[in-house]
Amino acid sequence: MTEIMEVGSWHYYLAMIWFVLWGVLWAVYFILDGFDLGVGSLLPFLAKNEQEKRAMLNSTGPFWDGNEVWLISAGGVTFAAFPYAYAQMFSGLYTALMLLLFALIIRGVSFEFRSKVESETWKNIWDRAHFAGSFLPALLLGVAFGNIFQGLPLDNTGFSQAGLFGLLNPYGLAGGVLFVVIFVMHGALWLTIRATGDLHTRAESLATKIWPVEVVLTVLFLVYTAMATQLFSNYMVYPFLFVVLALPVGGLIMMRTYLGAKKYWMAWASSCAYIGGVALFGVIGIFPAIIPSNPNPAHSLTIMNSASSELTLSIMLGVALVFVPIVIGYQFWVYKHFATPMTESDIHY
Amino acid sequence: MDVLMLSRLQFAAATMFHFIFVPLTLGLSILIACMETAYVRTGNEVWKKMAKFWGKIFLVNFALGVVTGITLEFQFGTNWSRYSMFMGDIFGSLLAIEATVAFFLESTFIGVWHFGWDKLSPKAHAIVAWLVAGASNMSAIWILIANGFMQDPKGYVLRNGRAELDNFFEVITNKWAWLEFFHVIPASLCVGAFFIMGVSAWHLYRKSNTEFFQKSFNVAVSLAVVATIFTAVEGHMHGNNMALKQPAKLAAMESHWETQKNAPLYLLLVPGEDGNLIEALPVPGALSFLAFNDFNAEVTGLNDIPKEDRPPITITFLAFRIMVGLGTLMPALALFGWVMRNRLDKFPLYLKYLPYAIPIPYIAIQAGWVLAEVGRQPWIVYGLMRTSDAVSPVSTGEVGFSFVLMCALYTVLGAAGIWLMIKLAKKGPEDNTPIQV
Repeated sequence: MTEIMEVGSWHYYLAMIWFVLWGVLWAVYFILDGFDLGVGSLLPFLAKNEQEKRAMLNSTGPFWDGNEVWLISAGGVTFAAFPYAYAQMFSGLYTALMLLLFALIIRGVSFEFRSKVESETWKNIWDRAHFAGSFLPALLLGVAFGNIFQGLPLDNTGFSQAGLFGLLNPYGLAGGVLFVVIFVMHGALWLTIRATGDLHTRAESLATKIWPVEVVLTVLFLVYTAMATQLFSNYMVYPFLFVVLALPVGGLIMMRTYLGAKKYWMAWASSCAYIGGVALFGVIGIFPAIIPSNPNPAHSLTIMNSASSELTLSIMLGVALVFVPIVIGYQFWVYKHFATPMTESDIHY
Repeated sequence: MDVLMLSRLQFAAATMFHFIFVPLTLGLSILIACMETAYVRTGNEVWKKMAKFWGKIFLVNFALGVVTGITLEFQFGTNWSRYSMFMGDIFGSLLAIEATVAFFLESTFIGVWHFGWDKLSPKAHAIVAWLVAGASNMSAIWILIANGFMQDPKGYVLRNGRAELDNFFEVITNKWAWLEFFHVIPASLCVGAFFIMGVSAWHLYRKSNTEFFQKSFNVAVSLAVVATIFTAVEGHMHGNNMALKQPAKLAAMESHWETQKNAPLYLLLVPGEDGNLIEALPVPGALSFLAFNDFNAEVTGLNDIPKEDRPPITITFLAFRIMVGLGTLMPALALFGWVMRNRLDKFPLYLKYLPYAIPIPYIAIQAGWVLAEVGRQPWIVYGLMRTSDAVSPVSTGEVGFSFVLMCALYTVLGAAGIWLMIKLAKKGPEDNTPIQV
């Protein structure tokens, strides 16, 4: 790929800003959709009766749609700010992405369809669909990002097919397993905020049990990352970057501490910090690439060779500066008003 | 089948399926917001009941519209990666802006709308309904600006082997996009209005919840009259612009072969891919007049357009006729209903058959998109990039697999969704006791 911009130009700094925002968008998406995908993955295991199933579904009901738009945004920004990377990422991960989308489609409609017919069979179908539509995205997002961390097989023409089975390599799968555990923990913590009674107690004890698993998997994943990827090379050059690890490590410790102290909101917020930290760790690791190439890093898609024009990046920055605070503002309002411990009327719908 | 054909079919299927649900979302969201406003202003519980009843059906429809839209955004990357590289600077940024300014708003507040009946005041709830309706329609603006660029590219410069943004103002004020917007939005209102009219007629024919459905019918039929006429008139203006900008599409949709002034319109015409099979009963100058508002205008014929630049003629020709034919039938149905709206019990046949008219605006709107998109072929961006140069270099197996899976999934979900909507519609508002505020 040829370089579109000169390093140090205004265009370059604009693209740098968009690289940061790109990373932030994915992180926010994982944080927000993470808990509703987690709750969905827990649905068959945690709810003991119809009442509890409804409680689990309604714990995420008012939020999941708004959360999912962060994925659209993250995808849209990849398309808009780094079109070459978008083209490679989505065509290179073709089947995995299609499966992810189909799973999200199934989950989305299961929210709406389930309660509309009073029939046990009908509800069972959509409960299973809901589970599959939550579990699969968690797994596939992990597989996709594991593969991006590791590098995709790009050559000098750019295009090179990884194929679904190529993506299911050990490191990619490790990423998938880690994501599932992270999201399940995140979802369990969410339930400790919103659920009451037995369901709350079970969610709390489940979160306590998953915590050590999450700690062990995080450590193993970091070690595996050091062996299987180049993700640590930026950190080796600039060791002060290791500071970012304070976020996931601190998040991990705090989520257990707050859970023990029964401060559920804080425990969940710590899980958010942890997820944000993991995403940040990965983004710093691949910099300045957006899609690193493996085995030949020379073919990587980077900030310099895959960004949009200076004009597009500036206009989008203007739009983002005005509208993203507004989005955050009203989403915050929604969480403030609707993320309360559920009462009878919340479960009724 | 090759990757190109499979990707085209997959994209067509995904778009058309998505566009079964989007127009009803656009139309119904506005109607529901109006009902809630009426409730806030009059305090009459019937309005609230109406908003709740149509809202329940709306939510099922909305869910299908949203989830199928996500696939579309990502298909540009998965199936059309060369297009994405060429157009990302402009097209990608429009999609990103759409998500930021509209889609977030719509998706966030649909949850509030759904779960907020007991938590918000009626006024706040009505505002939320307007936010959803406004955001949905604002989404349409950005998507149509993006489509407008593909139809009539403006405000770009070719640099670094791609179309780069040169003048953002020119992109967002593209005349094509706005003509499209003012055609698609009223057409969507027709979908919403005919939907409510049809369901209401079904109940009025059976004399169930008469007051409720009479009121619903009256609201919808008034809108239908305005929207159907507006759509038709505006469609003609849109056609004039298209005739200027895309002569190949005009020639194909009329199956017009010889370049000539005072071009006739044949009342009986059977098109073929290499010349018309039958041409009879010409109306002199009518084609020139319809396209350019001038009987003597010259209309380019397909013979003067190189074969590799011609769109598929039969599909374009038929799509245009289906759209216009149904577009003429709809104002007639709406006007009749509006004039007779308070005497409907005298016309049981109208009530009995009106539910079958629900699909009419759907078919017209789908035909309109086929005309717009198939008629633009072989170009993906008119005059700038061919569809065959836009496709991803992925394997036939991968596209085939996802295409088959997508069709199966969409068929099942679509059937289940439509079945649910029919079920909810037939059930009517559950009880007749006033709802507690």
